[in-house]
Formats: sequence, C-alpha cells, structure tokens
Amino acid sequence: MADFLGAVDEIFSSEATYLNGALFAAFLAFAATGEWVAERSGTLNISVEGMLLGGAFTAVLGYHVSGSVALGLLAGMLGGMLIAGVQAEMSHRLAADQFVVGLTLNILVFGLTGFLENQIAPDSTLAGRWEIPVLSDIPLVGQALFGQRWPFYILYLLIPLSWWLVYRTRWGLELRSVGENPQSADVSGIDVNKRRRQSIYYAGLTCGLGGAFLIFGHIGRFEDTIVGGRGFIAIAAVIFGGWTLRGTLAGAMIFAGALSFRLSIQGLGYDVNNELLQALPFIVTIAGMAVFSHRVRAPAALARPFIRGLR
Amino acid sequence: MRAVGGAGTAVGSVARPLRMARGTRLSGWVALYTMSILAALVLSGILVEATGSDWRPVVSALLDGSVRRPGRWGETLATAAPLLVVALGTVISSKAGLVNIGQEGQLYVGAAIGAYFGFLIGGPGPVNVALILIVGAAGGGLWAGIAAGLRYWRGVPEVLSTLLLVTVGGQAVAYGLRWEWLLLAPEGRRGNRNQVSEQLATDNRLPRPDLFGNELPLTVFFSVVLTVIVAFALSRTVWGFRLRMLGRNPRAAQRSGVSETRYGATALMLSGAFAGLAGAAMLTGGGFAFGNYQFVPGFSANIGWTGLLVALVAYEKPLAAIPVAVVFAGLRTGSNFVGSTGVESRITDVISGLLVLALLVPAAVMFLRDRRRARAAATERV
Repeated sequence: MADFLGAVDEIFSSEATYLNGALFAAFLAFAATGEWVAERSGTLNISVEGMLLGGAFTAVLGYHVSGSVALGLLAGMLGGMLIAGVQAEMSHRLAADQFVVGLTLNILVFGLTGFLENQIAPDSTLAGRWEIPVLSDIPLVGQALFGQRWPFYILYLLIPLSWWLVYRTRWGLELRSVGENPQSADVSGIDVNKRRRQSIYYAGLTCGLGGAFLIFGHIGRFEDTIVGGRGFIAIAAVIFGGWTLRGTLAGAMIFAGALSFRLSIQGLGYDVNNELLQALPFIVTIAGMAVFSHRVRAPAALARPFIRGLR
Repeated sequence: MRAVGGAGTAVGSVARPLRMARGTRLSGWVALYTMSILAALVLSGILVEATGSDWRPVVSALLDGSVRRPGRWGETLATAAPLLVVALGTVISSKAGLVNIGQEGQLYVGAAIGAYFGFLIGGPGPVNVALILIVGAAGGGLWAGIAAGLRYWRGVPEVLSTLLLVTVGGQAVAYGLRWEWLLLAPEGRRGNRNQVSEQLATDNRLPRPDLFGNELPLTVFFSVVLTVIVAFALSRTVWGFRLRMLGRNPRAAQRSGVSETRYGATALMLSGAFAGLAGAAMLTGGGFAFGNYQFVPGFSANIGWTGLLVALVAYEKPLAAIPVAVVFAGLRTGSNFVGSTGVESRITDVISGLLVLALLVPAAVMFLRDRRRARAAATERV
C-alpha cells in the first residue's frame, strides 16, 4: 500500500502527468464548451462524437491538401460545422428527432472517415511547440499550460469568447431564453429554432477545432478510433457542470485527470481497476445529477423540440 | 395572428376537403420517400465512384450477402430478430413519452447476466434456455430500472442517465469478463482468447430449424409473435391506452388517475427488459453471427443502437418495425460480403447512415406541411 501511495505521489509530482492531463482536458474542453452553448439553447447533441471525429478528419485532409496547419485547423472547423449543419437542419428545421439524427451521424461519420482514410491515406503532422516565456517556467504546471503546441492556445480565446457570447450579448440572452422557455421566447419575436440551429453550428465549430487540436496538438495522425467515446464524456462534463461554463470546464479537467491518472498508474506497472476508472466519469456524473438534481437545474426545455403551436 | 408570417405559401391548398386530399397525400408520400432514398443511394454511389471503385459490385455483394447466396436470408432474418425485439421495447417507452437511448447497454448487461446465471445453474436444456431468456430480460430491465429510479425519485432526465449508463454497463461487463468466478471461462476452455465466457452446451441453444436451405433460429418466430403482442397491448388494452395517454398529455393522464411514476417506470423497465431479452436471445439462438453461443467482449455489436434506430425510423409503430428491422439486418449481413470487392466494407456504415437520414426526411417534411396547413386553416376561421 505504501508502495502504491508512493507511486501516486510520484505521478502527482511529475510534469508529464500534468502535461498529459492538460492535453486530455483541452480536448474535452473544446468539445464541452461548444456543447454547453448548444445545451443552453435546449438542444442535446449526441453527435458531438461525430463532430469531433469529422473535424479531426477534415483537419488532416486540409493539411494533406494545403500543407499548412492553420488551413488544416480551418478545415477542421468547417468539417465540424458541416456535421453540425446536418444535425441542426434535420432536427431544428425539419422536425426529425434529434437523437436519431445524432446517433446516425455518429455511425455515419465513423464509417465515412474510416472509409475515406483507407482510400486516401492523408499525410499529417504535429504543430510547432510554443513556449510562453516566464509562464512556462512555473514548476509542475508551467509546461502543461504554457508549453504546448500552438493550437492548444486557441482554447484560451475560445472559453472567454463563449462566456461572453452566452452571458453578455443579446444573442446569448435570446439563446438562454430559448433553452428555458421557448414558448415565451417565440411570442417575444425570437426565432426559436434559428437560435437553436446557430448554437449547434457553434458546437460544430468548437468540436471541429477540438478534433483538429487532437490531430495537430496531440496525436499527429488520424485513426478512426482517436476520439473513442470521449465525445460522450464531453457531454457528461456539461451535465456534471450543471450547465454552467465553470462547472463544465471543471468536469472536463476532472475527467481528464482520471484518464491521465489511469495511463500513468498503469505505466508504473500497477494494476488498478481499469474498468472502474473508465466508467468513473459517467458514474460521477450520474451520481452528481442524482444528488444535486434539485439544486442544479438543467435548461427547462433541454432536449424538447419546439414546434410552434404544438407544445 | 402573427404566427402565420412565414407559412403563407401553403395556404392555397387549405380549403380542399380532406377526402380529396387523400390521394395526393399518398402519392406525395411515395414521391418523397422514393426521392430521398434514391438521393441516399446515389450519394453513396458517388462516394464509391469518387474513390476510384465501381458501385455495381458493391451492390451485388450487398445482395449476395443479405439474400442471394445460399443460407444468407436465414442469417439476415436471424439478425433482424434481436433488432426487432430492441425496437419493440423502444416503442413501448416512446409511447409513454420517455426517451430511452441506452438499449445498447441494457442489451449488453442483460445478456451478460443471462449468461452468468445460465452457466451457474446449467439445468437441463430447454429449462436453462428459458432461464437465460428470463434472467436476461430481468437484467436489462433492472439496468433500465436504475434510470427509471433516478427519473422518478430524483428527477434525473432519463435521456441523460440511460445514455451515460451505456458506458458504465459496458465497463461493468468488461470487469465480469476478467474473472473466472463471474463470466470468464476456465483456463483450458478459453482457446487462445483471453476474455470469453464458456460456450453454451448444445442442448442449451435455441433450435435452428432448416427452412428452404436456410437456418432460421426460433428467435425469428418469437420476435414476430412478440411484435403482434406488443402492437395489440398498445392499441387495444387499457394499459396501452393509459401508456399512450401518459405520453401524449401527462397532465391529463395524471388527472384521470394514471400514475406517472408507476406507468412511466414500468414502460422504461419494459423497454430495458426487451433489450435484455434481445441480448439473451442473441446468446442462445444467434449462432455464429453473435459470438457463437459465447459471451465475448463487444457482444452487443451495435444491435442496441441499431434497434433504437429501427424503432424511430418505424415511427414507433410495432408492425412497421418488422420491415425496417429486416432492411437494417440486410445491410449488416450484406456488409460482410462487401470486403471481397476491394471496397472498404465500412462503406455499409455510410450507406445505412445515409439511408436513416433519408428515411427521416419525408415524414418530417409532411409533418411540417400538415402543421402549416392546420395553422393556416385556423387563421382562416378567425
């Protein structure tokens, strides 16, 4: 036991743990931030997984064609938004069920990227590392937060931007009202489904960035398993965070911590209960919802489609 | 009324009496479905062509794998059976206004629990098969019961909890597959695989009678019978009526004495039980397509997700779920043959995905059109 605690101590005092944790957390945060915006408007996008995978693939494709990481990122954003577009237009312009669309998109994108990757075999790369002077010298977390490859830093812009959009603009106010009480929002002249579509497009954008970050900032090549269910963890992070941005990011960090802890402890040759650690984010989220369900409130119209005059 | 603003285009057809509109409605449906399905197929074809292959062999391989080669349509129907059963469960919970999207986990957990008790007790043939099926259904039902409990006692939306429980269930079963006292087969009987259960004894399997050169497991017949029962229960019994009332208007249901907790929880657990039953049926009757009478990692093989899609594409109509399930099963069994054409077999995922999206469009379009007409008619009366 003392041995084990020693190993845990070793993990927590090594820079590599924080570096890995930050990479995992950033990936989740990209996806979760967008999904948070989308959920505030009352939509629930199971297709986050597909948007991430699609974004990652189009990012690789963009790099393959143009040879530039920046253009690759842009392609990733467009790819994410393309999938978001299908989700948004099908479920919030046409009245198709958003879960069917989302599930189908996940399957579709998984098949499509696997198929195309097999046929095209695109090149890929890692982006350059940017060390922020002074800040990256902070012990333990300096490298993790300020010594990453450059796509990582987009997150530092994206998070305040999302906060500002949702809480400080008219658009955000309308977005939130659409998530809480679509009938009233409709009566006061807000196009409910339009706001919802826009929020899904935003989620597609951030997920596309997340996928591109996964390629250029972390892994460096495409495989159809790179996302591997983490889109669902991102959704769990939003729920865990009680539909606040702070909570969502905290959820992303905690879940990423669990993921990175699992890898490190196995790296040191300890056999912890792997299954439990993998299920942990989900168990914690469910338990959190059960305990705090009366204090934390989901957007009142979450996952309820709006059709004027019907509900 | 401000509401009509953007919908003015459809007003012209409003005054027409409903009887006359019927014929044009039907042809409208047919045209819309044909168009969108064609669009999906053409899109898939373009995709295959664009990557430098020919689309014809792919179609031919799909047909070979699903119906044409000897023994294949039996395999397709055997695959359709669990899809149908999962879909039936989904129909029940949807009718009650609940969104269960965790069938994949419920199926996996149900099958695992069924397998565990099946090997633990190991009674004489038919008794043990029945036991596995019942315990499997109970297991799936209990797994959905967690979500039901959270929904009605703690107010956790079942959409979220059922989804999150899929992963939890998957990991719980994976844990079970690591220990011999749970599911793992003893050392000598694992072959060179490391996470499999024992194989069911020959007398513990559902029979597969031979029909025109195709092996049809009994699950096929059971699932059809079950469909009829569910269709009847939902449309012709008091219980079904109450369930539908709860789904359509919870407040009215509550006022007329339908307990939301009781009926809702029952519906959700039944939905899970059907998924669990499907899993147990895959184990006892599925044959080679589903792990060869063994419980293996990834046993659920997306049947839960696909079954959910079947239910939703069939618009929550039990009888309509039968043909939809067969189509999805055909794509699945056909995909095994696509690999031999040199085209990556993942193309079938793309085809089925596009098909689902295509099948969603007509109903959505018609629904919106009807709404517009109804609203226009309402304003006219004002």
